[in-house]
Amino acid sequence: MTPAVPSRDPARDGVPQDRRGALRRDLATRRLGRVLGWAVPLVALAFLWLPIAVLVGFSFNDAASVSTWRGFSLRWYENVFSSLAGGGSRFQTDLLLRSVMNSLWVAGVSTVIATTLGTMFALAVARGRFPGRRLFDALFYLPVVIPDITMGVSLAVFFRIVFEAWQQWTGIRLVSGFGTIIIAHVAFNVAYVAIVVRARLATMDPSLEEAARDLGANDWQAFWRITFPILFPGVLAGALLAFTLSLDDFVITFFTAGVGTTTLPLFVYGLLKQRVPPEINAVSTLMIVASIALVALSLALQRRGARRSEA
Amino acid sequence: MAWLVVFFLLPLLFVGIASFMTRGAGGQPIQPWTLEHYQRTFDVFGPVIWRTLGFAALTTALCLLVGYPTAMYIASRQRPAVRLVLLFLVLLPFWTNFLVRTYALITIVQREGLLNEWLVRLGIVQDPVQMLFTPTAVVLGLVYGYLPFMVLPIYAAVERLDRRYVEAANDLGANDWRAFWRVIWPLTLPGVVAGSMLVFIPAIGAFVTPDLMGGTGGLMIGNLVQSQFRGRGNVPLGSAISMVLLVIVFVGVLVYARWGERSDP
Repeated sequence: MTPAVPSRDPARDGVPQDRRGALRRDLATRRLGRVLGWAVPLVALAFLWLPIAVLVGFSFNDAASVSTWRGFSLRWYENVFSSLAGGGSRFQTDLLLRSVMNSLWVAGVSTVIATTLGTMFALAVARGRFPGRRLFDALFYLPVVIPDITMGVSLAVFFRIVFEAWQQWTGIRLVSGFGTIIIAHVAFNVAYVAIVVRARLATMDPSLEEAARDLGANDWQAFWRITFPILFPGVLAGALLAFTLSLDDFVITFFTAGVGTTTLPLFVYGLLKQRVPPEINAVSTLMIVASIALVALSLALQRRGARRSEA
Repeated sequence: MAWLVVFFLLPLLFVGIASFMTRGAGGQPIQPWTLEHYQRTFDVFGPVIWRTLGFAALTTALCLLVGYPTAMYIASRQRPAVRLVLLFLVLLPFWTNFLVRTYALITIVQREGLLNEWLVRLGIVQDPVQMLFTPTAVVLGLVYGYLPFMVLPIYAAVERLDRRYVEAANDLGANDWRAFWRVIWPLTLPGVVAGSMLVFIPAIGAFVTPDLMGGTGGLMIGNLVQSQFRGRGNVPLGSAISMVLLVIVFVGVLVYARWGERSDP
């Protein structure tokens, strides 16, 4: 049976009496589906964006409230920035700035190390012929699926034991700090980089490398002239991912940080745990703007890279 | 490669070992071996484990309920530019810091927040409702945090779907309801399974959301682990709890791997 294009009234379409109820139900389903089809996504987007919009909007509120509007004001931003100009401020801007610097430093160093190791790791697993290759392959995904908190805790225990052993052995007391944070960040980022690079490696035609060798290139030349340029977008994407994850990480940093190595997420957490200062809306807005700018920049870079590789 | 072994497997091994040891005076693990911490985890913290599983399951269900139509809507836009912008709108919050996002949600649902303000103003309730520091707030926070994880894989699955199958089903007399359950749903199931795992697994190990949004009734496994490591704490007990967490996650991954294989045509 081929249903005709149904109109609103089944009776008019010459539908037999016993089929009218079913058709009416079908039409109702279709109408319901249509309404839900745009209403639910609308609610989802509103749900995702409303809190952020409110936060940004009320960061310009003259009062310290996030529900009643008292007029436009830049005073919270002034408080955040005033100590930069040397003026006294109630807000701990120096701590904020130092935490931003700490975050960038940790993210930068751990990204470089993780990208190098992750790329090597991906190449080794994809190309190498050694026993336990499949086991290592599975090992990739471990840091991705393991809960942050388990990883943070295990690293905390690990560093504690290693430091105690080190002190007994050499008498030198080590403490948590940048070193431990960077090691921890590299530990989870290596896996992410390796997965991204492997995805790129999987799409690469192995005969290209063979061709280079046939034309007389040695392993070193074949890698740098052929393999690496092809892998590069993957390496770059992996590095960007590692950088973002490192900047964003709170839980693992929380367990591996020491005194004086507060990163930006740790700083924000500290603000939220104490009495929340009204400046936090301004700080959050600045962070949102910065992350959107970062995403836009990386998209622009990728687009340029894509255009160049087409040319 | 040694890096991963040293800084990844070894720490896990240490935690595994520590979980079988006795708590020392300073909270550190010492000899002799014991199973006491596992027993305590299940006896005392059993309710928290069940609650965590419940929260994670509810979060996954809600994400699916909202995320599926959203992914479907985005994937069915005609113009690629519109699809891209919508997808971007879903993903962008994901790129802003998790703490900032959680805080943004807190400002809405707190007692003096916008939601209460409007509920009172519109006369729906007499007095502000306590929403923050309740289990509901935790689930809401988790959904808010992990919704993009659900949308993305489903979007990928819907986009790959050949629309002619749906037309064929309609032509063969299936109404929209049947066409959805018999054609669209089975074909997008791999995306649904992937999205569900991407939400369920981090939700199980959540720490920040219950810490900032949950009261005592909203504590999850992550908070238990953290509290055992604070100050002097109890490292063996904390280790035992995090081992239990790890096992739960692994069971989840195994189920996913099995299921993923079977749903692959």
